[in-house]
Amino acid sequence: MNPQFLMDGLIAGAIIGLGAIGVTLTYSILRFSNFAHGEFLSWGAYLALGISSALGVLGAGFTTPLGPFSFGWSLPIAAVLAIILTGLLALAVDAVLFSSFRRRGSAIIIMVMASFGASLALRSLLEFLFTSKPAYFTQALQIAMKLGGGLRATPDQLAMLAVALVSVIAVHLVMTRTDIGRAMRAVSENPGLAGIAGIDVRRVIRTVWFLGAALACVAGIMSGLIIQIRPYLGHDLLLPLFAAAILGGIGSVPGAMIAGLIIGLCEALAVQIVGAEWRAAVSFAILIAVLLVRPRGLFGKAQ
Amino acid sequence: MTLDLVAYGAFFLSMALTYAIICLGLNVQWGMTGLFNVGVAAFVAVGAYTSAILTTPDTADRFGGFDMPIAIGWLGAAIVSGALSWGVGALTIRLRADYLAIATFGVAVTVQLCMLNLQPLTGGAFGIGFIPRPFAGLQGDALLFSLANCGLMALIVLVLYLGLQHLSRSPWGRVLRAIREDEAAAQALGKRPIRFRLQAFTVGGAIMGLAGAAQAHFIGFIAPDNYMPILTFQVWAMLIVGGSGNNRGAIAGAILVWGLWALTGAAVSAFVPPEEQARAAALQIVAIGVGLCLMLLLRPRGLFGEKSPLSRMRDAQQRPKE
Repeated sequence: MNPQFLMDGLIAGAIIGLGAIGVTLTYSILRFSNFAHGEFLSWGAYLALGISSALGVLGAGFTTPLGPFSFGWSLPIAAVLAIILTGLLALAVDAVLFSSFRRRGSAIIIMVMASFGASLALRSLLEFLFTSKPAYFTQALQIAMKLGGGLRATPDQLAMLAVALVSVIAVHLVMTRTDIGRAMRAVSENPGLAGIAGIDVRRVIRTVWFLGAALACVAGIMSGLIIQIRPYLGHDLLLPLFAAAILGGIGSVPGAMIAGLIIGLCEALAVQIVGAEWRAAVSFAILIAVLLVRPRGLFGKAQ
Repeated sequence: MTLDLVAYGAFFLSMALTYAIICLGLNVQWGMTGLFNVGVAAFVAVGAYTSAILTTPDTADRFGGFDMPIAIGWLGAAIVSGALSWGVGALTIRLRADYLAIATFGVAVTVQLCMLNLQPLTGGAFGIGFIPRPFAGLQGDALLFSLANCGLMALIVLVLYLGLQHLSRSPWGRVLRAIREDEAAAQALGKRPIRFRLQAFTVGGAIMGLAGAAQAHFIGFIAPDNYMPILTFQVWAMLIVGGSGNNRGAIAGAILVWGLWALTGAAVSAFVPPEEQARAAALQIVAIGVGLCLMLLLRPRGLFGEKSPLSRMRDAQQRPKE
């Protein structure tokens, strides 16, 4: 078998893992499964696309490819701005929708339902603004480099893997070494008690939304750069995101990333063995297997 | 002219009534029991395909075509969809509430894949055609034919409505409501929540399968495109608008939302230039999403929502004073 599937699986897995971190944080701290999380990936990708094309119009220098990569300075600059904007979008959705359910103490399932409605609105809004035609950050073609061992990767793919690795380590350090990280873990354990202990729960909630959406934006840009940008980009990744969050164990950041890589590799393997048309069923099979065998996931705490 | 209008009205109403059946099924799961199903389209699709395979004439390039009577097809649809719901429910209902939602979402994605890729069973992207239609003997007379079909749908909705009303007043329905309102209290009274939830989820799924079959035979043709996630959203919008927990609300919501959908759809195709129609359709879906959120925020009980047992009790206490 061609070992190239390892590289494809790693990249798909890194995208899934980054998205799943947001899902697992929302689930463990805000306590509901957010069906609108996939839309943050799509919005992130489209926001970056919009800003990067605007920069391209401002000056041709922004789009001159950087070294071996297919993109110029416009993309990294756009990515930073898009990350901030996607975070603000998540905060806005929370302010308009979810915060009022929290205030009323609505049932969790009502929030899940509202996220379901929000995902529909956000996705179709993208379809309205940009149509369903696929878009690309650059038209440049890249030649894959030989890495040895029969593996090949384009410079873009390697750069994206590095970005994913740095993001995960950064989030892990934030969660384990900083005050806000400790506060987040405390709220996830027991929100009432954390509030009494003087933790600003609302600040924690804002951080969770911003962090999750920022990582989703990174994942969306990765997916957009390596494959293409479509309004359904995030929706099609939603099932793998949930599967990764549950396989990794709800609340575990490294677990979400590792589970994302496992799912990405399984998908790539399934494409080799069964055929590309069944790719989307892989996460469902993994999800069912986890729910049957170990519902708390690899690194999750027992309920 | 008026005859055409009556025929169109009957066609529209039949279509709306098939949605009302799905809505009644969802009401058993959500309204009566509080189980969140994000894969409504999948259960409808499974019913539609089951019935289509059972009742179509033998086809060379596809499994079956067993040429059975329509009634058997509908029964089979309800059984297969019910069995699928039972499987999904048995796996997830004992876990956290969200896991059922995620699993049904997975079922929707997987069923969509199976419809597209299991060509020998489902006909792939082209779907299955020549599904026998009820009252095919009347097809020569368009008006009579559509009225007969409309009558049949109305009869199914009526029978289901009466049956479900009876169920919800029965001890079984009372236990379901008790579990939904206060699980610990119901458990303390010796009721096993998981078993009742699973039963309700299965019954709801079977009704959705029946609805899928009824719809497939009414249209005469099915394809994977009919069962996109948007179907799930529409049915949810119908139930939320009509009021969950209330069977009359579910039926009214289905007719109202389907009417709005058909009307705006007609307006889009009449007034919007062809190159912009895809965008206008996207905007139509934004409206459904925003509407769903607004209903949840502003009127969570819907237009005809169920009266909560508490407020019913309060009314009963206040009455003697007046």
